[in-house]
Amino acid sequence: MSLANIRQGSLVLVDAARVQSRGAIYVAQARIRQMMKWIWMIIGIAIANPVLYLISVGVGLGGLIDQSVGPAGVDGVKYLTFLAPALLAQAAIQGTMDETIYPTLEGFKWHKTFYSMNSTPLSGAQISYGVFLTALFRAFYTVVLYFGVMWAFGALESPRAWLAIPTAIFAGASFGALMQAMAGKLEDENIFFVVLGRFVMMPLFMFSGTFFPLTSMPFFLQWIGWISPLWHATELGRHLTYGHAISPTMIWVHFIFLGIMLVLGLFFSARIFTKRLAK
Amino acid sequence: MSNPLISARGLTKKFGDFTAVNGIDFDVYKGESFGFLGPNGAGKSTAMRIIGATSQRTSGTISILGKDPELHGPQIRAHLGVVPQQDNLDMQLSVAENLYIYGRYFGLPRSFVKGKVDELLAFAQLEEKRDAKVETLSGGMKRRLTIARALVSEPEILMLDEPTTGLDPQARHILWDRLFRLKEQGVTLLITTHFMDEAEQLCDRLMVMDKGSIMAEGSPAALIKDYSTKEVLEVRFGSDRNQEMADKLRTMCDRIEELPDRVLMYTEDGEALLEKIYAANLHPKTSLVRRSSLEDVFLRLTGRTLIE
Repeated sequence: MSLANIRQGSLVLVDAARVQSRGAIYVAQARIRQMMKWIWMIIGIAIANPVLYLISVGVGLGGLIDQSVGPAGVDGVKYLTFLAPALLAQAAIQGTMDETIYPTLEGFKWHKTFYSMNSTPLSGAQISYGVFLTALFRAFYTVVLYFGVMWAFGALESPRAWLAIPTAIFAGASFGALMQAMAGKLEDENIFFVVLGRFVMMPLFMFSGTFFPLTSMPFFLQWIGWISPLWHATELGRHLTYGHAISPTMIWVHFIFLGIMLVLGLFFSARIFTKRLAK
Repeated sequence: MSNPLISARGLTKKFGDFTAVNGIDFDVYKGESFGFLGPNGAGKSTAMRIIGATSQRTSGTISILGKDPELHGPQIRAHLGVVPQQDNLDMQLSVAENLYIYGRYFGLPRSFVKGKVDELLAFAQLEEKRDAKVETLSGGMKRRLTIARALVSEPEILMLDEPTTGLDPQARHILWDRLFRLKEQGVTLLITTHFMDEAEQLCDRLMVMDKGSIMAEGSPAALIKDYSTKEVLEVRFGSDRNQEMADKLRTMCDRIEELPDRVLMYTEDGEALLEKIYAANLHPKTSLVRRSSLEDVFLRLTGRTLIE
């Protein structure tokens, strides 16, 4: 064993400027390395989830609905075609949530790995962006796989349906960024998970026009859809996959809503990470 | 002497009303092994986090490698190797991967880090554990891995916060051996500890801290010389009689300290003092003559023991 090689003080060796420009990528690379330990499970879930959903709700329940509504269909199409874009966006949101909330809790609380990252030239903001980039990566392949299953089920009618992939990822990114900022604030995660699951995710899933058009809800419940990234992404997805009619103004509204959410989420999560690490 | 690598004046850190570090001054020079000795809660870790350019000070000045950490955190951290009190390793990754990703955080090229990982695994005596998950390592192995990780960027200063707390005696000795080798090579070490034996073994110069303030500063030998006598006689009369006897013993030497289980008598010649005690017809149940240690210095300065 040679110790002669343990050197110190190589001021030339480390280039802080390089880390300043690429830090978030280094964090994402490390996170993806972790993710690769579970990759088959993640891919399995990413495929099984749409297959099961589309069979049970799309084909099973959808068959019943299609029979009763007749040739007019739901929003002019088969129920499966109507439902699929919503599930696509939901899958993106679930994927980014998993990849932002858990790593953030692990980094600050469970194993305190963010503190070790922060003892290198990496800044709190870079750590937050790196975690976020990883979540985007997860959302990307989750959505691509989901989209493949949708195609196999014949749920895509428009030639530009593939554009629903980026809009779904966009929704995932917006919600994920906000969740990451929230998770960065958490001291006690147990209550958070209960509240998030039962009072946020569940209502969003049920009341975002996922299973039926938002307009068939009583007016006083429609606001849930309006604040839900899932509804905005679902509207865009329906427009793109089968030509659901929305006005150009509303297309802008959907994009701007998701955009604002994304910018706020990223801004606050960078700030919260920086502050918490500097305590 | 050359310019100090670290220089602090009036360094203060408050958390709300609580003052964790209370206006401390110190300088650390290149190649020296500098220690913060004090009990838990003395403010050592807080001071370390400020020096590590992560935690922001409340007031005072500090310069690390000639820079202010508030303005140049990343540039300073690029040249520090930090071993925190808690091994915040990545539990899901292997031993080698932990070293690799950490090296990448410094922006080091892949090929360089790969070579470095082999070197560090050898240094930390973890070659056989290369592909093992960190979860499966013993406490001592995790600690060595954390130290190896801190060396990946060939830092100017290696900072160790309580390096051997929670380790069994054998693991401590292995670790001390590794640290001693680094010290021999002239690596600048900054260590916090509440173990006096660790401070004596590893530190050239020490700051004794208590409740956020510096109580004394100097080499272990100088501190002992300045704040204690050459020898200490420890006598036990049984816990119910120690106090009563202490009053009689007080007149026989420079200074005594009553602890719950024993009385410490400070003197230049322990054996002679013991004879005097017997001559006075006092009969301790047990007695022990030993050299003064940093524990005695701390007791003298604060009236308390290091490990409570």
